[in-house]
Amino acid sequence: MDSFEDVIIDIQNLSFARGERAIYNNVDIQVPRGKITAIMGPSGTGKTTLLKLIGGQLKPDQGSILVAGKDIPRLGRRELFDMRARMGMLFQSGALFTDISVYENVAFPLRVHTDLSEEMIRDVVLMKLHAVGLRGARDLMPSELSGGMARRVALARAIALDPEIVMYDEPFAGQDPIAMGVLVNLIRRLNRALGHTSIIVSHDIQETLGIADYIYLISDAEVIARGTPEEIANTSSQKVRQFIDGLPDGPVPFHFPAGDYQSELLQDS
Amino acid sequence: MLDLVARLGHKGLKKLEAFGSAGVILMQALVARPQPFTMLPLVVKQIHFVGVLSLIIIVVSGLFIGMVLGLQGYTILVDYGSEQAVGQMVALSLVRELAPVVTALLFAGRAGSALTAEIGLMKATEQLSSLEMIGVDPLRRIIAPRFWAGFICLPVLATIFSLVGIMGGALVGIDWLGIYEGSFWSNMQNSVDFREDILNGLIKAVVFGFVVTWIAVFQGYDCVPTSEGISDATTKTVVYSSLSVLALDFVLTALMFGDL
Repeated sequence: MDSFEDVIIDIQNLSFARGERAIYNNVDIQVPRGKITAIMGPSGTGKTTLLKLIGGQLKPDQGSILVAGKDIPRLGRRELFDMRARMGMLFQSGALFTDISVYENVAFPLRVHTDLSEEMIRDVVLMKLHAVGLRGARDLMPSELSGGMARRVALARAIALDPEIVMYDEPFAGQDPIAMGVLVNLIRRLNRALGHTSIIVSHDIQETLGIADYIYLISDAEVIARGTPEEIANTSSQKVRQFIDGLPDGPVPFHFPAGDYQSELLQDS
Repeated sequence: MLDLVARLGHKGLKKLEAFGSAGVILMQALVARPQPFTMLPLVVKQIHFVGVLSLIIIVVSGLFIGMVLGLQGYTILVDYGSEQAVGQMVALSLVRELAPVVTALLFAGRAGSALTAEIGLMKATEQLSSLEMIGVDPLRRIIAPRFWAGFICLPVLATIFSLVGIMGGALVGIDWLGIYEGSFWSNMQNSVDFREDILNGLIKAVVFGFVVTWIAVFQGYDCVPTSEGISDATTKTVVYSSLSVLALDFVLTALMFGDL
């Protein structure tokens, strides 16, 4: 196992179950400060759940989640909300507030967490919108934006407070190639320029391999591989290969568990 | 047989659990350090949505119900030569019963369903989650102002409903059917008591406002965030609120007027 010099998120022995199904089973994950870390895995393995656990929206059944030295599941409400001001999260759908304009969306966290004057807020909002290339769209309503633009506005909102950690939930899902390229560039550039720690949850292999510094591959409630993009790309494990190469059948079966095919067909219903 | 009992018990427990969590959510939304400066603009905005925009339907329904009451009352009372009592009849039935009940039913259909759908969609589009991640409690930010707005608006709307209904009754009774104006109004004035009738009607409206808005915001907050989930929750809001309003109306009427 690699160890990092400076770990900002340290997850130990994490177990989390939804009903009967275990989503995580004794998982350890370390996220290095200032880098882009990707969490990858097939759909339904609970990658988004991991972000919600880090953000304290869900509580684990067992284990500790240390973010900048604080154990998130054991924080009080007040401390948790203060902690969240240091995290930004980009939701899969963008999750912009549909009843207020783009400008007000980006200004929202500033108004909640700071006492900045209206002029200061304006300057910060315009800077953040400029960073994602949508300064000119500030008066539009979220319903008037395309999917890619909405995600960029959401990104501007997520970085409005200059958080230490930015979490991206499936940032590339459902984007056209141009929007995808723009987002990949933005995530990389913002990470370098602002120096925050990025966590990307994704199953878009090429894009993620291209920008991540470190990758965790999750399947069946466990971390099945970890390493730099090169290490992951050159791995020999069959399970990992199936995911990376996108093979329909392999250790992860094509068929949902079911009884014997022939006997079921012959059976009277 | 035993299976049936077990299923029934399971269903009952689930309903009880939902009722409990609805109570918990309401408490969490309302019991907190008051923040008038952030809260007031949000409540005012919601009052506009659930109250002001419901005005048209309330005014139009009130007018027609008052007119129908006047007409029906007249055709019956004229047989006994006591058509001047139409004013009294219209006012009492509106203030005591029809205004709070019909307003609550219309409110559940017009505003309650809208509240549920709005909150449900906010949940489906992760807006509630993203509020949480920004460090804002959605219960305080989304649920509380909507609840207060509904709670404040329903009594006001019921009062407007009464007023417009009485005007409708007067329009039909006096201007169309020719009841003597003086006896129409003085009969009404003599028979409607402030505490007994108007205050009790207002208490009903306050209770209905509480119940309807509570059901609406809880159904929205608790819904399964999919298309079917939201449509299901919206239906539940209208059905549950209508049934609760009618049942509670009987209970309240029995308590208020039962010993007459």
